[in-house]
Amino acid sequence: MADQVLTANRLSDGKVVFFDPDGGWSERIARARVVAKADGKALIAEAASSTGEVVDPYLIDVDSVAEAEPAGPVPSPVPRRYRERIRAFGPSIHPQFAK
Amino acid sequence: MYRYDEFDHAFVAQRVNQFREQTARRLSGALSEDEFKPHRLMNGLYLQLHAYMLRVAIPYGTLSSRQMRKLAHIARAYDRGYGHFTTRQNIQYNWPALKDVPDILMELAKVEMHAIQTSGNCIRNVTADPFAGVAADEIEDPRIYAEIIRQWSSLHPEFSFLPRKFKIAVTGAAEDRAAIAFHDIGLQLVRADDGAVGFAVLVGGGQGRTPMIAKTIRPFLPKAHLLSYLEAILRVYNLLGRRDNLFKARIKILVHEVGTEAFTAMVEEEWAHLAGGPVELPEGELERIVAYFRPPAYERLPADSPALDVQVRADPAFAAWVRANLVAHKQPGYAIVNLSLKAEGEPPGDATAEQMDAVANLADRYSLGEIRVTHEQNLVLPNVKAGELYALWQSLVPLGLATANIGHVTDIIACPGLDYCSLANARSIPIAQAITRRFNDLARIHDLAELRIKISGCINACGHHHVGHIGILGVDKKGEEFYQITLGGDATQTAAIGSIIGPAFSSDQVVDAVEILVNTYVGVRAPGERFLDTYRRLGAAPFKESLYAAH
Repeated sequence: MADQVLTANRLSDGKVVFFDPDGGWSERIARARVVAKADGKALIAEAASSTGEVVDPYLIDVDSVAEAEPAGPVPSPVPRRYRERIRAFGPSIHPQFAK
Repeated sequence: MYRYDEFDHAFVAQRVNQFREQTARRLSGALSEDEFKPHRLMNGLYLQLHAYMLRVAIPYGTLSSRQMRKLAHIARAYDRGYGHFTTRQNIQYNWPALKDVPDILMELAKVEMHAIQTSGNCIRNVTADPFAGVAADEIEDPRIYAEIIRQWSSLHPEFSFLPRKFKIAVTGAAEDRAAIAFHDIGLQLVRADDGAVGFAVLVGGGQGRTPMIAKTIRPFLPKAHLLSYLEAILRVYNLLGRRDNLFKARIKILVHEVGTEAFTAMVEEEWAHLAGGPVELPEGELERIVAYFRPPAYERLPADSPALDVQVRADPAFAAWVRANLVAHKQPGYAIVNLSLKAEGEPPGDATAEQMDAVANLADRYSLGEIRVTHEQNLVLPNVKAGELYALWQSLVPLGLATANIGHVTDIIACPGLDYCSLANARSIPIAQAITRRFNDLARIHDLAELRIKISGCINACGHHHVGHIGILGVDKKGEEFYQITLGGDATQTAAIGSIIGPAFSSDQVVDAVEILVNTYVGVRAPGERFLDTYRRLGAAPFKESLYAAH
C-alpha cells in the first residue's frame, strides 16, 4: 500500500510545497512527512493550523524512500502519478529548475 | 499604434490599485482563496502546477519596441528570465510570485499594457492577422476594428459574466492567418460588388472537446453596424448559452443545437432593436481610431533590390531563410519578416529576456519600432527594407531567431502541457522538441513543403491539434502518457477538423509515428502537393496502412 504526503502551493509565491515533520511547509519532497495511507486524513487535520500559508492542500500517493528508485541526489519519496512527479521535481524540460 | 487616452490610463491604473489592495488582503489572510480567486483571474493570474502564471494581453498581437523591452524586464526582474508567447498572441510568465504581481501590473501599465480579461467568462483579448496593416493581400487594417472591439468589450457590464469565455478574431485578408473559423466570432473584412467594405460574420467556431467550424451568419455587415451586431450576438448567447454544463457552455454548442438558421434569426431579431441605437460608434470615433493605425512614413523604394538578389545568390543559408520566413509587404521595397521561436530543441513560443531585448533593438533599427506576435507562437518584424534584410538576418543568427522553418514541419504549435499546466494530461513541449531534433536537416524540412504540426496536452486543445495537418493530442492511459494522432486539420480559409487515424502511441513511439506519416507523404505525393493536399486526395488509407501495418 502506498504512503502519502500532503502537498500544496505556497500562497506568497505559488511554489510547490510539502508538509514537513516540523509542522511547516518545505519546497523539497525529500523533507516531506510520509504517513501510511490510513493516516492521511489525520495529517490534513494536523496541518490545519498552518494551511493559511498555502493554497488547496491535498494528499498524494508516494512510494517511500526504501521502495522508490532514487529520483535525485537526495533520497526522496517519489509520487506515483507522473503529474505529481513533475510537480515535485520540476518541469521536465528545464533541468536548471529541477528540485 | 493605438495610444492610451486619459480614460484608458485611469481605468488601468485603478485596476492595478484595486488588485494591490486585494492581494494585500489575501496575503494577510483577510480574504480566503475562494474569495480572492475571481479577483486574480480577472487580472490574468492563474495558479498552475509549479507556480502562479500571469497572462498578459497583447491586443491583436501588436507590440512596440518599448513594450517588448518592458516584457523582457519583467521576465528578468520578476520571473526566471523568459516568457512564453501563446496562440492568443499573448505572453505568459510561468513563475511570478503573488506578492510581486501588483508591481508587475504597475510596470505594464506604464507601457499601456495589462492582464485584464485574459481569463474568466468574458470577451478575451481580441486577436487579428499578425500581418495586419502590412500584408499585400489586405482590404483594410483589421486592428482598427479589433481596437474598437477591445474598447467596447473592456469591462462591458453586460458581458462580464457570460456562460463561458468568448474569443473574437478579425482579419482583413482573404487568406485567413487568424484562424477566424475557430473562434466564437470570426470577422473578415470583405468588399461588396459596389465597392463598400464590411464584414463577413462567422459564429460558433472553436476547438476543445467539441471542435466546430464557425458558420457564416451574415455574409456582409456594413462597418457602421459592427458594435450593434456584436452586441446582438452576445445578447442571444448570454441569454441562451448553457450555464448548467461547463462542457456545453460555449456559443458553438448553442449554434449547433439550435441550428445556424434559427440562431441567425434570433440575432437578426435582436439586432433590429439595436441597429442605429446608442451602441453604434459615435460620429468621428472610427476616424479617431483609424488615425492611430495610419501607415508609418515609408520610404519610396523600388520594388526590386539588386543587392538582395546578390546576397541571396551568394549565401545559401540566407536564401533558405528568405524563402521560408518572408512575406510580401504592401509597400514596395519592404518585407514582412517572421522570427521563428521554434529553434531546434527549444520550447515553442518561449523567448528569453535577452532575445526580447534584442528583438526590441532590431525593431527600432530595422522595423520602425514595431513587432507582432503570431498565433503560431512566432514573432514578426513587419516593416523591414529589402536592402537591410541581410544585415538583420546576420543579427538574428547568433540570437537563435533565424531558423528558416516558418510553416514547416518544425514550426510547431504546442501548449505548455503537463510541464506547466494543471489541466494537462500529458506533456506537449518534449514531443515538440523531439520532433525538431528528428527533423533537423533544413533541406529535408523545406522539401516537405508546408506542414503544420500542432500538439495539445489535453482535450482543451490549447495547442490547436484539431487544426494541425498532423495533430497530436496527449492523453492519460492508465497513468502513462499516450498520444493520439489526427490528420487533415486546417486552420485557414479551407478550414477542416482533423480525423483520428487510429490507436494512440506511447511517448517513445510518437515521433517515429510522425516520421512514418511524413515519409508516407513523400512516397505518394503528386508534384507540388503539400501533406494536406495529399491527405485530401488519398484519404487516410495510405497513412493508416504504413502506421499500423507493422503492428
